[in-house]
This record gives sequence, C-alpha cells and structure tokens, in this order.
Amino acid sequence: MSEQEHSEHIVSPGIYLAIILTLLFLTGTTISAAFVNLGRFNIVVALVIATLKATLVVLFFMHAKYSPTRTKLIILAGIFWLALLLGMTLSDYITRVDYRGVRFPISQVSQQLPAQRG
Amino acid sequence: MWIFLVTEVMFFGGIMLTYATYRHFYFPAFAVGSNTLSLKLGGFNTVVLLASSFTMAMAVWSSQVGKKTLISIFLLLTIALGFVFFGVKYVEYSQKFHHHLVPGKSFNVFFCVDNPASCPDVEAKELMEESKLLDEAYVADKDLNAHAQLYYSAYFGMTGLHALHMVIGAGLLFWLLKGSLAGRFTPQWNTPVDIVGLYWHFVDIVWIYLFPLLYLIDRHK
Repeated sequence: MSEQEHSEHIVSPGIYLAIILTLLFLTGTTISAAFVNLGRFNIVVALVIATLKATLVVLFFMHAKYSPTRTKLIILAGIFWLALLLGMTLSDYITRVDYRGVRFPISQVSQQLPAQRG
Repeated sequence: MWIFLVTEVMFFGGIMLTYATYRHFYFPAFAVGSNTLSLKLGGFNTVVLLASSFTMAMAVWSSQVGKKTLISIFLLLTIALGFVFFGVKYVEYSQKFHHHLVPGKSFNVFFCVDNPASCPDVEAKELMEESKLLDEAYVADKDLNAHAQLYYSAYFGMTGLHALHMVIGAGLLFWLLKGSLAGRFTPQWNTPVDIVGLYWHFVDIVWIYLFPLLYLIDRHK
C-alpha cells in the first residue's frame, strides 16, 4: 500500500457529527430566510447557503479535503465547466430586452388591470 | 468515480439551467407553483436525506477502521432513511395527482381553490392564501395555468430524476449490505463502500440545491 495510491485519511466520527449538525442548522436557516422579503436577494441567499452545504458535504463527507491533488483538480474542473454553462447562458437570458427596449419578463412591466380569470 | 460524478454535475446542471431560464421568464407562475408544495414534507425529507448522508459517512468510517458489524448497521440505517424519503415523496406525488397539478390534459392550477371539497387535505386558511396568490399572479400573467405547468414539469422532472438516482443508490446499498454481511470489507479493501458513499453524497448534494430552488420560491408573501 503505497502512500501515493492509497493515502487514506480517516475522518473521525466527531467531525462527521459536527458537519451533520451544521448542515441541519443551515437547512433551518435557509427555510427561515425564505420567509423574509429580501426581494431579488432571496434567491442569492438560498443559493449561497446551498453552496455552503454542498461544500461541507464535498470536503468532509466525500473526503475531498484529504484527497490527492488529482482528485481536487477533477472537482474544480467540474465546477469550472458548470460555472461556464450557467454563467454564459444566463448572462444572455437575464439581460434580454424586447423590441421596445423593455427588459423581460414582460409580465413584470405590463400594466394590466385585475380581471376575472375565465 | 469523481469523473463520473462530474458528468452527473453537468447532467443536472443542464436541467437546472432550463429551470433557471423559465423561472426568470415566468416568475409569478413559478412562485405560485412553489407555494403549493408542502414545506413540511419537503423540509422533513431534506432532514432525512442529510441524516442518510451522515449514516453513509459513518458506514465508510466503519469500513476504514474494520468494525464489520457497524458497517452493516450503518448501511441498513442509510437504506431505511432512503425508504423514508421514498415514502414521503410518494405522499407528495399522490397529492399532486389529486390536486390536478400533474402536467397534462387535466392540469389546473386553480383546481383546489375552485373545488375545495375535492381537496380535503388542504386547510381552509391555506386555500385562502393560495387563492390570493393565484389572483395576484393571474394579474401579472394571463397564461398562468400554462406557465405553472412549466413549473410542475420542472418539479416532476427534477425530483423524478433525483428519485431515480436514489433508487439506483438504494440498489447499490443492498449490494454493499450483502458484501458487508459476508464480511468482505476490510481496512485494506473497502473501495466499493467508499465509491457508493461518494455517489450517495452526490445525490444528497443535488437535493440540497433542489430543495430551495423548488420549495422556497417567494414564501414570504
């Protein structure tokens, strides 16, 4: 068992317990935050908390913190391509305007009167 | 395994991108759809899934330190929590069928508000709030029913694929359990436990994102 190929770092149960408690706490936080009106920042807060939780799972439950550089590189490459996919596509969609130069979605700028739905 | 997981990240990433685009264009409909989901059931399932990730991590730990009985116990706990998740998901899905919230011919986002007698499990107070939300959203979006259908397509597509991953994971866990009962995993060789663990944690991460994206849109109204 060479150090290179099988450098198994054993994470102690205490750390796992601390991580799961943090994850449960963050779940509570994200639910409470959803009930506060932060306007467009609600989704930002939700995603920041979710990313924090995901990071904890990757680093500790999935042992990425103790993994060889090769593994870390693969994870980072995955995140990089995901960021490209989401970032490039959304930067297009969320900045689109219609023929009058009004930003989408139209529903937010239309001045419709309340009507009975039929 | 990590390379496989990266391909899975891109797979779910593409679906989330579709979700994000439609959510941006049809936000009122998405907010209404999200408010018809049960936060209690969804929150409970989040806790269940996080707990199952913990028991899975403990199963991996048991295999690393060579505690053979503990591996089986933690694997069984993980499987049990997985099945609790399926049970709750079944309740949620069947509610959606009863409430006419499954995309298709009979989809009607106004169904419970218009026919309260047919939705006995929704409280009157909730219906009042839902009715208010629906009226507000209808002012902003005349095609609310069609766009709410998009939300529910995203909901069933994303949670369905997540559940499919969990079914595969549960199958792998049973296979691990067979191996651990035969005493096959030792501190020198526990690669299958480790790898299935990675897969199970990945499925947990997908849910970590799905929960706020699907259940927590515009809850503050």
